[in-house]
Amino acid sequence: MASMLPIEVSNLKKYYGEIKAVDGISFTVNEGEVFGLLGPNGAGKTTTIEILEGLRERDSGDAKVLGFDPWKNGYDLHKRIGVIPQEFTFFEKTTPREAIVYYAALFGVKVDPDEILKEVLLLDSAKNRFENLSGGQKQKMGLALSLVSQPELLFLDEPTTGLDPTARRAIWEVIQGLKAKGRTIILTTHYLDEAQHLSDRVAIVNQGHIVAMGTSDEIIEQYGSGERLEIHGDEKLAEYIKNNTDLIVDYDKTSHFVSIPLVKKIDALAALAAAEQSGMDWGEIRTRRDSLEDVFIKLVRGAVDESGNIAAGENPQTQDKQSNKGRKK
Amino acid sequence: MSTAKRTLADLRVFGKGYIRNGAALFFGIIFPVILIALFGAIFAGGGSGQVTVYVQNKDAGIQFPVQMNVGNEFVQAINGTLPNGTRVSGTWPLKVPTLVDPSANFTKYLADHSASDGIIIPADFSANFLSGKPENITVYGNPTSSTNGIILGTVEGVATSFNLNYFQQKYNDTTPAIISISTATVNTQQTKYIDFLIPGLIGFSILVSPMFAMVNITSEYKKTKLFKQLSLTPLHKMEWLASKVIWYILLSIISFMLLVAVGVFGFGAHITLTLWLIPFLILGPMLFCSLGMLVGTISKSVESASVLGNIITFPMMFLSGTFFPLSTMPQYLQNVAHALPLFYIVEGLNNVMVYGNYSAGLLDIAITAVITVIFFVAAAKLFKWRED
Repeated sequence: MASMLPIEVSNLKKYYGEIKAVDGISFTVNEGEVFGLLGPNGAGKTTTIEILEGLRERDSGDAKVLGFDPWKNGYDLHKRIGVIPQEFTFFEKTTPREAIVYYAALFGVKVDPDEILKEVLLLDSAKNRFENLSGGQKQKMGLALSLVSQPELLFLDEPTTGLDPTARRAIWEVIQGLKAKGRTIILTTHYLDEAQHLSDRVAIVNQGHIVAMGTSDEIIEQYGSGERLEIHGDEKLAEYIKNNTDLIVDYDKTSHFVSIPLVKKIDALAALAAAEQSGMDWGEIRTRRDSLEDVFIKLVRGAVDESGNIAAGENPQTQDKQSNKGRKK
Repeated sequence: MSTAKRTLADLRVFGKGYIRNGAALFFGIIFPVILIALFGAIFAGGGSGQVTVYVQNKDAGIQFPVQMNVGNEFVQAINGTLPNGTRVSGTWPLKVPTLVDPSANFTKYLADHSASDGIIIPADFSANFLSGKPENITVYGNPTSSTNGIILGTVEGVATSFNLNYFQQKYNDTTPAIISISTATVNTQQTKYIDFLIPGLIGFSILVSPMFAMVNITSEYKKTKLFKQLSLTPLHKMEWLASKVIWYILLSIISFMLLVAVGVFGFGAHITLTLWLIPFLILGPMLFCSLGMLVGTISKSVESASVLGNIITFPMMFLSGTFFPLSTMPQYLQNVAHALPLFYIVEGLNNVMVYGNYSAGLLDIAITAVITVIFFVAAAKLFKWRED
C-alpha cells in the first residue's frame, strides 16, 4: 500500500439489462491531479463516477478509491471524499451556513463555516435559504458541503451543467483554487472548454468506453489532423485550388472557409499561389490546429459509426459541430 | 455518542426547516385546533333559542268531584304558562309543540320527528296527584346533547312547584314529594361530544402530520437524489428516520396539549390526563412516519406517492372514529375500521382519557405497538439510501 494512487479502475463494467452503461473502463488518477471524464450524455460518465463514490454497485472489474472498495467500504470511504452530485439539491429552508454546521456535525469535525463559504465565494449568501439561491450559488453550496470533511479526493459530477457563463466561470475559479491547494479532483463534464480549462488529464468517454485519454495536447496530437491552412472565399475557389494542385481541399459552406491540411509547410505556398492564380476574390487567411473539440467530435461521431472507423484527416464541418453540440446538451 | 449527535444535528436542521415552512406548521399544529374549536362550537349547542320538547299527555283526568286534568296544567307549566293563564316573563327555555296523541308510540314519534327530547305524563297522573300517591314523569333525552340538561332542569323545577302547591294546599307540611322525576336515556355513558372529539382530533393530528410529510419527503428526496447525497455523509438512514420520528412525537405532544387546553378550557370537556396516554403519543407518530415512508419508498414518482398516500389517509381519517363515534356507523364500516391502524389509537385514547377503561386501553396499546413494529421494519428494510 506504499505508493497507492487515489483512484485505480480496471475493466469496470455496469450493465442495465441490454444497456452497457459502462463497458470495460480503465484509468488511474494521480495525487494532486484534476482528471476529467468528458463525454456526451449517456456516455457512462455519471455511472462510472457513482460507482467510484460507492453509490452504485459495479457488475465486474476492479475499483479502488483511496484504497477502499467503494461499494463494500462506502461508509469509511465517504468520510474521506467530497462529492457534488449532478444537480445538487438540499433542504429548501436551510441556509448555506446552517448546512455547513449540519455537515460538520454529521462528520464530527470542527470547521469555520465562514472560511469554507469564503473559499467557494458564497459568503454573501450565507444566510439565504437554499430555495432562494441562484443555480450557481446552489452549486457553490454543494462545493462548500463537499469540503466540510476536509476530503483528500473530490468528485464533481457535472458541476456547471445548466449554469450561465458567468456562474460557470465562478465555479471554475473555485475549482482552480482547490486545485492550487493540491486537492485531487475527478470531474465529469460535457463541456469541452471546461475539461480543457480545468483538467490536467482528460478521458473521452463514449458508449461506456474510454476512446481517448491523456493531456489535451496528447489527445490532439494523437487524434487530431495537424495544421491546416484556411482561406476565406467561395466554393468555386475551393474547386479551383483542388483542380490545380494535388492538395486535399475541404469547404465549409457555413463559414465560407476553404480548408487545406498542411502535410508539408510548402503546401501553404502552393495553395496561396493557386488562390492568387484563380483571379477570384479571397479574404482572410489563417492556419489552425484541431482543437480538443474537433478531436472530441471526431472520436464520438466515429464511435457512433457502425464500422467504428474514424476517417483520417477528415475535417468536421462547422454545421456538424453545431448539431453535435446541440445533441450533447 | 456520535449516533445521538448526528440524529440531533439532523433533527435540528429538519425542525428549523419545518418551522420555516408555514404550510406544514399550519396543518400540523393550527389546523387541528381550528377543527376542535369549530366542531366544539357546532356540537356544544349554545344556541339562544327555545328548546323544543314533545309531550305526550296520557292523563285521563278526573270527573268527580270536579272535572279536572292536572296533566294539562303540568304541560302548560312546562310551556311557561302559570296556572292563572299568564305567561312567564322573559324567555322561557322550553317550547311544547302540539301534544302527541296519547295512543301513539312515543319513541317512534320522536324518531319520526328527528327528536330525542320528550316527556310522558302517565294515564293516572291526575288521580294519583290529587290523592297524594307517588307519580312518575318520564323525560326522554340524549345525554350528549346540551338540550337534555335544560329540559331536565325545567321539568324538575315545574314538578317541585307542583309538589309544593300540593302540600301547601292539602297538608301545609313537608312530607316527601309525591311527584318525582326519572330519566330515560339512550346511551349509558355520561359523555359529551367534546369529550369524544378530543381523543379523535389527537388521533387525527397523529395521523395527518407525519403521514403527509413523510410521503412527500421520501418521494421528493428520492426524486431530487437528496437521499443519495445524505448517503455520502456518515448519517445512517436509521438516524435520519429516528430524527423524523422524534420530531413528529414532539409535534404530537404539542398538538395534544393545545387540543386538551382548548377542549377543557374552551368547551368544558371532561377528560383524564394519565400516563397511559404516553404510549399512544410515541407509537402513533412512529407508526405513521413509517407508513408514510413506506408509501414514498414503494411509489415510482412524487405524484403517485401522493395519490397512494391520500388513498390510505383519507378513509382512515374518517372511519377510525375520529370525528364520529364508530357506533353511529353501519356494521360493515365498523368492520373496516377495525382494519385501520388509526382506529386502535383513537379507541385507545378514548379508553384511557374518557372512559378510564385501562385494560381495554392496554390492548389498544399492544395492537398499535405490533402494527408500528411491522411498518417500521418494512420501511427500514425497503428504504434505500443507495441504488444498486
